[in-house]
Amino acid sequence: MSSRHFRLGFIIFLTPVLLWLLTLIVIPHIDLLIASFQAENDQGKLVFSQENYRNFFTDSVYWYTFVRTAFYSILVTVITFLLTFPLAFYITKIASKRLGGFLSMLLLLPFWVGELVSIYGWMILLRESGVINYILLGVGLLHKPVPLLYNDFSMVLGLVYMSMLFMVVPLISALESLDDSLIEAASDLGASKFTIFTRIVIPYAAPGITSGAIVVFMLVLGDYLSPNLLGGKNSLWFTEQIYNEFIASFNWNQGAAFGFLLLLLSSAIVWLGLRMSRQRLDKAVGA
Amino acid sequence: MSPILEVRDLKKVFKNFTAVDRLSFTVEEGDFFSILGPSGCGKTTMLRMIAGFLEPTEGEIYIRGKKMAGIPPNRRPVNMVFQNLALFPMMNVEHNVAFGLEQRGVPRSEIKKRVDDMLERVGLAGYNAKKVTQLSGGQRQRVAIARSLVLEPSILLLDEPLGALDRKLREHMKIELKLLQKEIGTTFIYITHDQSEALVMSNKVAVMNHGDFEQIDTPQNLYKNPRTAFVAGFVGETNRFELAQSGHGTLRTRSGWKLAKEDAQEGMHWLFIRPESVILLPDPRMENLNRFHVTIKTILFDGANTKISGIIEGSGDEILIHLPQNAKFAEIREGDRVEAAVHPRDLRCYPKEGS
Amino acid sequence: MIRSMPRSLGYRIGYAIFVILFYLFLFAPLIVISVLAFNDSQFVSLPWNGFTLDWFFADGPDRVGLFHDPELLHSLWISVETGLIVAALSLVVGTMGAFLFVQERFCCKEPLYFLAIAPLVIPGVILGISILLTATLVGDWIEKTTGIDLEFLRPSFWLVILGQFSFIATFVLLVVISRLKKFDHTLEEAAMDLGANRWTVIRRITIPFLMPALVGSFVVAFLMSFGNFNTTLFLVGSDATLPIELYTQIRDGSTPVLNAVSFLLIVFTSGMALLYLLLSKKE
Repeated sequence: MSSRHFRLGFIIFLTPVLLWLLTLIVIPHIDLLIASFQAENDQGKLVFSQENYRNFFTDSVYWYTFVRTAFYSILVTVITFLLTFPLAFYITKIASKRLGGFLSMLLLLPFWVGELVSIYGWMILLRESGVINYILLGVGLLHKPVPLLYNDFSMVLGLVYMSMLFMVVPLISALESLDDSLIEAASDLGASKFTIFTRIVIPYAAPGITSGAIVVFMLVLGDYLSPNLLGGKNSLWFTEQIYNEFIASFNWNQGAAFGFLLLLLSSAIVWLGLRMSRQRLDKAVGA
Repeated sequence: MSPILEVRDLKKVFKNFTAVDRLSFTVEEGDFFSILGPSGCGKTTMLRMIAGFLEPTEGEIYIRGKKMAGIPPNRRPVNMVFQNLALFPMMNVEHNVAFGLEQRGVPRSEIKKRVDDMLERVGLAGYNAKKVTQLSGGQRQRVAIARSLVLEPSILLLDEPLGALDRKLREHMKIELKLLQKEIGTTFIYITHDQSEALVMSNKVAVMNHGDFEQIDTPQNLYKNPRTAFVAGFVGETNRFELAQSGHGTLRTRSGWKLAKEDAQEGMHWLFIRPESVILLPDPRMENLNRFHVTIKTILFDGANTKISGIIEGSGDEILIHLPQNAKFAEIREGDRVEAAVHPRDLRCYPKEGS
Repeated sequence: MIRSMPRSLGYRIGYAIFVILFYLFLFAPLIVISVLAFNDSQFVSLPWNGFTLDWFFADGPDRVGLFHDPELLHSLWISVETGLIVAALSLVVGTMGAFLFVQERFCCKEPLYFLAIAPLVIPGVILGISILLTATLVGDWIEKTTGIDLEFLRPSFWLVILGQFSFIATFVLLVVISRLKKFDHTLEEAAMDLGANRWTVIRRITIPFLMPALVGSFVVAFLMSFGNFNTTLFLVGSDATLPIELYTQIRDGSTPVLNAVSFLLIVFTSGMALLYLLLSKKE
């Protein structure tokens, strides 16, 4: 094997990878940054400007939407964790191996089917003429239908629903490697259930919890479907602002600025999560 | 004084498998009590019932005369050293050892003092801040023992904790554990499938098979006077022959080897002869010996533990014979035909198992 | 509190109820969709009016079933095409990247690796708009200098493929890397020792070893492309993919035909997922 031959192979492998990363990741993001600092002047020409960012900081609607999106993303992440942690514990530590395997397989199904279909299902369930109202009226718990759709509740529900898988998978793999004997040993040394959870199980699963939280937060922050279809007109999600600027107002430069702010927020949270759990990015995203 | 542990008619049935079958025994204060048996004999089930991780199907466990039924593991006066040690990886040495004391609400200053004392006793003084992942196998072992002993349990349960160590360290830890137990005087219940661990460390050994104890005895007695065929075969190395006939002062193996034994009982099925009971090149003046010739097939050199494998003339049976490493036997070579003998009292006979 | 320790009755019952409710929550939307896809009613809601297959097969004039709805069928076809192309492209480039990052040493490997996994933590919307911006910029420039309008740099079928490929390749990369890391290099050495050349080693030893990961990641890549919405939304042209088409129709109001489509999707993706699981079980 000559070294010239070897270099040729190397270049054949490197070129498509470089092309992918440069043309589809690096350059577009640089473009995004540049575009966000451009605005049309009076003659309709694009010039350097901080106007897009100024708009963001001066118009309270943008601000409010941004903070609201961040807040709800954190809330959804927390709810998702609280909901899936007991399940992951059940699957890995309580259920028999077979049942656990079956249950974790079932978890994947809604994910494969896709967010849009699940959301559609929730719309059918929640709306005023929907299945839940029909059942509640039928059994006499309600006398007239209640609007369950197009509010913050239904939006959060949809976001939690589509995030669960991304939380539960890292939790399951973290808890799977937790040796049962650690829990037994803690109990043998006198620890209560609560102590075992707070001192042994949660610290042990911490890396899994952070990776799950990072991915869920990122996905929720960048989600469009749940706020748009389940949250209704008043959902005020930041991705909707981006969409409006790009598709409705056709002000791409403003949209680019919003996009960049969203990217900054999500990167900051990812970075913070990695720092806190002392993990590398590739480990955290499940490589 | 009442025994520290009393087990009465203990039984554990899993679905359709009886792991422990109506066992009763007692352990005295200060004993190093080993339960020795092959894997699947029910010894781990036994230990987990004493620790409280399993509820017995029937029977009772008393510790210092107190009934243990319904008392969860975290409130029993026993602690366990796990097979894989189960050290908490997210805590350092000190926090591991302090964990149990914290659960009992012992004041901080006292915890610190007792942890330091304990670490010193197991020879790990100054290791407080080390991560458990930074320790060697032997050190991890000692942390696991310290973590349990610091709670001053009535009984320390050990679930084959030496299993994961390499051979050399295991030999070393055997002696260390025995000395430690002697020094602190806590009752140890130790389960293992390794007969040498049990024999070296314990002052009482229970040999377990199919959920039942075959014999509870001192290591010496177990080796010299095994009560059942299983014990004779499981404890120590031995040659086993199937008998075709026994009684009237003679034994005859299936392969036709005839031996004299005055007190031979009728209806025996197995004959056991330990390799060191066979005398090579016996003194011609000695009487009452069963003399025979063997052709040496191979010499299995292993220092002081060297043995030869030979074929018995006449019957064709293979037999292992201990070969002392001294001048008298230095000339023995593979293929040689030599005389050997065995004293009748060293012929141990047992009936067929289960009868 | 775990299976190897005694648990109180209350703990067990409480937990069982929680798990049942959780799975009810998880499957409620899918079940409702599936059931109502067969309801003989113009409205997507209860009461149950009897079983019908109209929403799949009816051919007008009152009811037009899924298989006679040209727009839905077209978008379905577009999605399949997109998925296959994206999966193939991602498989090739992702696998090449995996070899590069696991087996080669070169300068800037670390930052390049970081870049390659970054798409996982970039919101899909951002990928969509940044690629849209760049493609438009380049397209405008080419049109201005040469007068040629390159179709694929405008929101279109091919731009969607580029956009989806940009992050799906990362998934393939990670799957193949983790498999490749488990590869025992003495196998390659043994093969060479027995006289095989480099190419034979790759063909006979390395690729067969990677096969489960390659097939598995192709399936995953296809499904990811098939269901993608966030990135596609900004890059799609006149050829709407199925999620985009569904989104538009759902926004305008639901019809049982949408249930029929969703039902088929549920059945189809379950099948694919099952296939994937079987493959990964073997591994």
